[in-house]
Amino acid sequence: MSPQNKIIVWEFSFYYDSHQALKMVNLSIRANEIFAIFGPARSGKTTLLKSLNRLTDLVYGSSHTGTILLDGDDIYDPKQSLTQLRRRVGIVFDLPIPLPMSIYDNVVYGPRLRGTTQKGLLDETVEKSLRSAVLWEEVKDRLQTSALRLSGGQQQRLCIARILALEPEVLLLDEPCSGLDPISTTSIEETLTRLKKEYTIILVPHNIQQASRVADRCGFFLNSELIEEGPTYQLFTSPKDQRTEDYITGRFG
Amino acid sequence: MIWMAALSTMTVMALIIIQVLSEGLPVLSLRFFLESPRSMGREGGILSPIIGTIALTIVAIIVATPLGVGTAIFLGEYTREGKVSRVIRFGIGCLAGVPSIIFGLFGFVFFVIYLNMGWSILSGGLALAAMILPTIICTAEEALRAIPYALREVSYSLGGTRWQTVTRTILPNAMPGIFTGIILGVCRSIEETAVVILTAGSSLIIPTSLFSPVRTMSVHFYILAREGISMEMAYGTGAALILLVLLVNIKANFLLNRYVRKKR
Repeated sequence: MSPQNKIIVWEFSFYYDSHQALKMVNLSIRANEIFAIFGPARSGKTTLLKSLNRLTDLVYGSSHTGTILLDGDDIYDPKQSLTQLRRRVGIVFDLPIPLPMSIYDNVVYGPRLRGTTQKGLLDETVEKSLRSAVLWEEVKDRLQTSALRLSGGQQQRLCIARILALEPEVLLLDEPCSGLDPISTTSIEETLTRLKKEYTIILVPHNIQQASRVADRCGFFLNSELIEEGPTYQLFTSPKDQRTEDYITGRFG
Repeated sequence: MIWMAALSTMTVMALIIIQVLSEGLPVLSLRFFLESPRSMGREGGILSPIIGTIALTIVAIIVATPLGVGTAIFLGEYTREGKVSRVIRFGIGCLAGVPSIIFGLFGFVFFVIYLNMGWSILSGGLALAAMILPTIICTAEEALRAIPYALREVSYSLGGTRWQTVTRTILPNAMPGIFTGIILGVCRSIEETAVVILTAGSSLIIPTSLFSPVRTMSVHFYILAREGISMEMAYGTGAALILLVLLVNIKANFLLNRYVRKKR
């Protein structure tokens, strides 16, 4: 195992009751890269993402084989602290889901759960996280208003800021631009490119173009299987697998 | 023709209220509220029944709210649908269907006699708590179920434990629904007669402790009317009772609106 591998997915299969959502996935993700997972709907992308911080545990009747290593440690180890894992591996969902509370309270929700109560520290966290998510300038004068009043794009950046407030190591983004206009999408993509200096980012892109714009490496999923992975440029110009080529050139999906 | 249904409901309701208020309102005066009944209620006011009503309701709510909301949280957030939750839910359903006089009888046998609490605020409050528990559980469970799964997922994804997720995300958002259930419980406690008459007694003396017997307004009304002591005073009590329930509902609505507005 080379040290730069942040995450190693090893022979990982996942089941919802009897439905198999992932089939023997083997994948390694390097530190400080943007790795894009793309493929048609219901190909297992979201399941893989949610497995990486074990949010799939919440689904009743689910099970898995194989395992996932984070910095070489088995995340399915019974000794693994779930809350700790989820703080290290943060996720942003496809729809922006602000908690029904103020902008400020949304950002410090995670740090407060961790036990940070010092006002000064929290204030600092809020500014830093909102700046990182390129939202600070727009909301700095109304931090106490409800997050539900923000626009869709702002809400999604708030969700990113909320995760950043926990200073995670890995960021999982599940179609973070799906409900957004092109301008918000661009600003989120720029944000991601800047964030990769500090974080390892795994992204389910909104479309293939987005993958080619921001990702260092990509993986193509089809019918619960990882068909092919490789550097973005290589995957898009000379895919090894016929199915990858068909998908990229738009012959299906 | 469906408006006929609404109209007849409204008419019946209006008739009842008009009847009680038109007979009762003339009796109401400041002294009526500030004096305790004299000579079995033929004279004086209804101060001690008012105090009795409020004391019993407070005890019932203080006991039933944590138990009820706790049960709802346990059923909704801590257990998967299965044998245990089905048994508990079946029990709650049965409790909800039991006529209130049975709660009264149970309270009399268990609290008053077996636990030797006597006819008292405590016995009455506990029996009332048992009676309103199913209402509070059901409304609280409904309120919890209305919280989108996504909010829970967000809380967990930010490193929340189950308890933190319940207390910081789910409960604050379910509060309006839970509160509605509590108010339903308050109103049922205020107007309940059968349970109270068997467990809290019918003393007209102002209570001094949790172990004092009391008479509530509805019991007072019942006794005044039933024993033909004074229809005038009975209607006065009835009018006061209606006004009290109205007041509770208005105040509750006001609080609820303010809470919801603060959340937006």
